[in-house]
Amino acid sequence: MILTVEQSIYMILVMALITFLTRALPFIIFPGNKKTPKYIQYLGEVLPYAIIGMLIVYCLKDVKLTSGTFGLPECIAIIVIACLHFRFENTLLSIGIGTVLYMILVQFIFVSS
Amino acid sequence: MKNRTAFKAAFPYTIPVLAGYLFMGMAFGILLQSKGYHFGWAFFMALFMYAGSMQFVAINLLTGGFHLLHTAFMTLMVNARHLFYGLSMLEKFKNMGSKKPYMVFSLTDETYSLLCSVKPPDHVDKNWFYFFIALLNQSYWITGCTLGAILGSLITFNSKGIDFVMTALFVVIFIGQWKSNPNHMPACIGVGTTVLCLLIFGATNFLLPSMLCILVLLTVMRKKIEENHTHDLNR
Repeated sequence: MILTVEQSIYMILVMALITFLTRALPFIIFPGNKKTPKYIQYLGEVLPYAIIGMLIVYCLKDVKLTSGTFGLPECIAIIVIACLHFRFENTLLSIGIGTVLYMILVQFIFVSS
Repeated sequence: MKNRTAFKAAFPYTIPVLAGYLFMGMAFGILLQSKGYHFGWAFFMALFMYAGSMQFVAINLLTGGFHLLHTAFMTLMVNARHLFYGLSMLEKFKNMGSKKPYMVFSLTDETYSLLCSVKPPDHVDKNWFYFFIALLNQSYWITGCTLGAILGSLITFNSKGIDFVMTALFVVIFIGQWKSNPNHMPACIGVGTTVLCLLIFGATNFLLPSMLCILVLLTVMRKKIEENHTHDLNR
């Protein structure tokens, strides 16, 4: 530990408070007892579609396409997951097979030295 | 009785998160205890902060010196995406009463994406259903973080690649949304802008510009997206 116990607690408190603030702010600005503006309702409706797409890219942000494994394990696993899910629409099956396949790919096949 | 059926209905949906949170939480716990913070710290951080990627950033901050302002700013940057989550939950949480503060507190990436995509079964109280999804997810995270910090270096099982379970979860939700909503423009905007911003701004700075671009594009294209929407509904 570089910080003292007290300093660590302050740091964690600050992080916890700001994290909660980012989650609570929309609810503070648009309280439930008032009518939410049409524009915000529209955003609330379409944002999930855009944000899930953003989160996929966010998960893959550290994948290097020009060196190492060239992002091949990720690419293969995602294609397999997409096909499985389009065909069977079974969440656990798609995620389970996809993740195990990815682990096999990075542990045994695309072993980056 | 009402909440027991809701609990039973909610649990299966959280299984992917169970796997992801246990392993990611353990990775966090292991890392944290290697910096000299025992499992009590991991437990309380998971309980009060409860933020996946932010807790990993927190390890860097805790080992980088005592800078409260810098820490506050970093937290804001890393978690800014949560501002969007609340916007799409305004309606859903409206009538949740005493459960609402916890629902807001526990709105992580994974809980958000589950709440966006799952439909509570007909016979189940939907507020309890959503509440148990949130509660179960956090319980997995707390368990993972604490276990990781306790077991620490004892773990020898090669878990390389297990964190892909989160990517897989988002891909599956993405496909589900793609099939259920014939208007693909918002989804394309989300992926397209983020990829573009990642290429332009790099892996450390792309999230904020992506969010801004998504917001601008969704606003500019509003007429078109809403037209498509009603068109599809009338078809």
